[in-house]
Amino acid sequence: MSSQPKQRKQLDRVIIRFAGDSGDGMQLTGDRFTQETAAFGNDLVTLPNFPAEIRAPQGTIPGVSSFQVHFADHDILTAGDSPDVLVAMNPAALKANVGDLAAGATIIVDTHDFSARNLVKAGYDVNPLDLLGDANDPLGAFQVQPVDLTGMTVEAVKEFGLSRKDAARAKNMFALGLLSWMYGRPIEPTITFLDKRFAKVPDIRDANITALKTGWNFGETTETFTVQYEVKPAAMAPGTYRNITGNLALSYGLVAAGVRSGLPVFLGSYPITPASDILHELSKHKAFGVTTFQAEDEIAGIGAAIGASFGGALGVTTTSGPGIALKGEAIGLAVMTELPLLVVNVQRGGPSTGLPTKTEQSDLLQAMFGRNGEAPVPIVAPQSPGDCFAAAVEAARIAITYRTPVMLLSDGYLANGSEPWRVPSVDDLPLIDPDFAVAPSEDAAAAFAPYSRDPETLARPWAIPGTPGLEHRIGGLEKGDGHGNISYEPANHDLMVRTRQAKVDAIAKSLPPLEVDDPSGAARVLVIGWGSTYGPIGAGVRRVRKAGYRVAQVHLRHLNPFPSDLGDILKRYDRVLVPEMNLGQLSLLLRGRYLVDAQGYNQVRGLPLKAAELADAIGALVADAEGIEVDLTPAREEEQS
Amino acid sequence: MTTELPFPGLRDVPTTDEPQNRKDYTSDQEVRWCPGCGDYAVLAAVQGFLPELHLKRENVVFVSGIGCSSRFPYYLDTYGMHSIHGRAPSIATGLATSRPDLSVFVVTGDGDALSIGGNHLIHALRRNVNMTILLFNNRIYGLTKGQYSPTSEVGKVTKSTPSGSIDHPFNPVSLALGAEASFVARTIDSDRKHLTAVLSAAAAHRGTSFVEIYQNCPIFNDGAFDAIKGRETASDALIPLVHGEPIRFGVDGARGLVRGPSGGVAVALVEEVGEDALLVHDAHDPDPSQAFAISRLTAADYLSQAPIGIFRQVDRPTYDDRARDQVSAAAAAVTGDPSTRLAGLISGGDTWTVA
Repeated sequence: MSSQPKQRKQLDRVIIRFAGDSGDGMQLTGDRFTQETAAFGNDLVTLPNFPAEIRAPQGTIPGVSSFQVHFADHDILTAGDSPDVLVAMNPAALKANVGDLAAGATIIVDTHDFSARNLVKAGYDVNPLDLLGDANDPLGAFQVQPVDLTGMTVEAVKEFGLSRKDAARAKNMFALGLLSWMYGRPIEPTITFLDKRFAKVPDIRDANITALKTGWNFGETTETFTVQYEVKPAAMAPGTYRNITGNLALSYGLVAAGVRSGLPVFLGSYPITPASDILHELSKHKAFGVTTFQAEDEIAGIGAAIGASFGGALGVTTTSGPGIALKGEAIGLAVMTELPLLVVNVQRGGPSTGLPTKTEQSDLLQAMFGRNGEAPVPIVAPQSPGDCFAAAVEAARIAITYRTPVMLLSDGYLANGSEPWRVPSVDDLPLIDPDFAVAPSEDAAAAFAPYSRDPETLARPWAIPGTPGLEHRIGGLEKGDGHGNISYEPANHDLMVRTRQAKVDAIAKSLPPLEVDDPSGAARVLVIGWGSTYGPIGAGVRRVRKAGYRVAQVHLRHLNPFPSDLGDILKRYDRVLVPEMNLGQLSLLLRGRYLVDAQGYNQVRGLPLKAAELADAIGALVADAEGIEVDLTPAREEEQS
Repeated sequence: MTTELPFPGLRDVPTTDEPQNRKDYTSDQEVRWCPGCGDYAVLAAVQGFLPELHLKRENVVFVSGIGCSSRFPYYLDTYGMHSIHGRAPSIATGLATSRPDLSVFVVTGDGDALSIGGNHLIHALRRNVNMTILLFNNRIYGLTKGQYSPTSEVGKVTKSTPSGSIDHPFNPVSLALGAEASFVARTIDSDRKHLTAVLSAAAAHRGTSFVEIYQNCPIFNDGAFDAIKGRETASDALIPLVHGEPIRFGVDGARGLVRGPSGGVAVALVEEVGEDALLVHDAHDPDPSQAFAISRLTAADYLSQAPIGIFRQVDRPTYDDRARDQVSAAAAAVTGDPSTRLAGLISGGDTWTVA
């Protein structure tokens, strides 16, 4: 095979989607490509997408698992709307993903798996690869590269004497090698990774490394691929970076909250998708004084966390929406007993079991109101995978300072998606003072009042067992103001309900002013969001601005209480758009609280919002507000999400 | 029924030399149980035996669920939490695991522990977290005014079962033994001496101690335990279990337990079977089979016969000791202050630097 001189083409951004059967190792392939890309210095955002079934029927559309990575030479905000390159390991992967591609996209298919049986399973009457170039070619709009990935992998790893099945399993590394060549990614980090991962099975290790290298060399030597693309490193603020997923960042944030408060962290949790990885991660960090307790159910998870908090630990429970439903009564107990507690909800599609592996933001009102009685709970939401770290520290600050359960609302996209994260300096993280109540002096005549309050924060004393002289009883029954004994007094109940609300409202005083992104200062449309829609909203706003129009953006980290300046900000704009992955939960809160005519942009497809579609919605609102024609074509042509 | 000092269950709980008495453990709250409630007797026994443990009072915690008995913590001047229905064992698990220096008690009832909280109870027992669970069994729902409970006998007529209950009841001791509890005992509210002895042994035990306390509800289920309390019937109805001694009871010790058919145990007249045939109670037997067989002598219907005492008391590693061991072993294996280690953790993995 004589190698042709290859062309080199410069690109500013690329979106690649790896798709295959659940057992094909697509998540690993995507993750490795991401690590290589991060190490190379591009900005990037990833979107893993996989079925809830561990091994759905092989070769079927429900069994397709994919991993999308968007990388660029500039700062990007989303995993991208439609892939430039699709790697399809079988017919089902092709069929499930081809609809997301724009005309001109490249498709690399593993021809080996386009067997009659697999074609039937995917619902193809005719092998689409047989029609390539025909007048009725269903893939005519795309650049299709049929490659026998499996066949070449099996051939390349023959020397290691693996079974055919095991040999074929390395095909994902062949594909990774090929794509790494195409985009000039370094494969050394992956070789190191494989060395470590398969250290105990040398033949599998060697087969994977060989497949990876063979894939790279195939790209270099074959005439099929004539172009090598280059995406230069992105300019980023100085610092040390790493790629990080939301669940990992959130776990590190919890460890950091323990270190910065000096409290042992106690996690009570029950396995649930997509939150379990936080339990897995924290169970590795016992050396930081982190105790993880896998409870018998969701309720015991939070119960144990409340018990630990009563004893002076930072109690944490992690779950997803269905788990929050079960924990509701216990969250109410933490509200009543006024104990610090972190409740992490990694939201997924609902209601009921819903879509366990897909993302959604539909638990905001559950977080606000999902308890009996007037039971206010502060809510904090991270806006990107890396931001889960800072959001966890902030949630802990509020919980400990104000003696309250705090809801931390992540979601499936943040949990599993990743981005480069600038590692913060530990010294820059806030110090959190548990400020435990101490034993009274011998001659203190006054009895201890467990429901007395700090005048600034309205927090009550945190008097933990083992402190002499402060013995007291707390519980779910209404407390008497100050003394904390059971009270059925009508006026006392009214006072206590209002005081618990006032305590949560007082948190707003500790929040920084909102950052309103309104470069022209003359926008009449404000786009406001919360949580993981930060990326798509930012990308949509950029498109509108790029086309020459004015729009302002603000993103909420605190959903309860709202920041003090939010009402004034909302009133400054003629139109307020609220994009959410639900049917309008933040809209409802904003309308109710501020009497503002907030308009929703709502999708519940289990996937992040698409920036281009969102930009159209923003554009339409700008047209309406300013009485002008809005044409986003220029932005679409020079697409920068 | 004596337990050697120091009590392993209280090994890490600080003690005091200052004399304590019942008053030290009595809070300023008015006790609000119905007149004649068995809970008064249990409260008095607890307030009576706690001073004998010489623990620092601030290191004693009572956690309860919901129900009449769950008001218990309010009346003790220790730390306490009156939590939510059925969840006390889970709260106590978190507390006991994170604080080895506390003596943790759970106060619960038959509805709280065996109905809404059944899951937490069995899991606490299998984990063997160091705590003492006092289950007040009055075989009725009292606080909600008289519905049948998971220990009520079949046929019980209550407000929610006007035609008689059709639920087969739990035998709490059998349940605890089935969950492989390391300490299982039963006692009666009306026998102060027995109650105190069982509670002391339970507190002394390292692991989850489960104590079922027969407790009369004079309002909604009065007389549920008359057969084992009555002057004329008690002697034949109560079967005291004493470790290492032949199981013998009845007027003049005329009755005893012998091996029954199918692996069970049966009541026999000593004069018919002879003393040598009597079973010797072995609470420390690693195999719970005999303890379980003895627990089956209490029928599901109206109570007419009940073994009392410690059914089982065995050493088994506790969840909380092991959890803390893992944490301290991990901490001992690293060097450097937490902030430095945190900086190392978050900048671990594949990193790159932008200048």
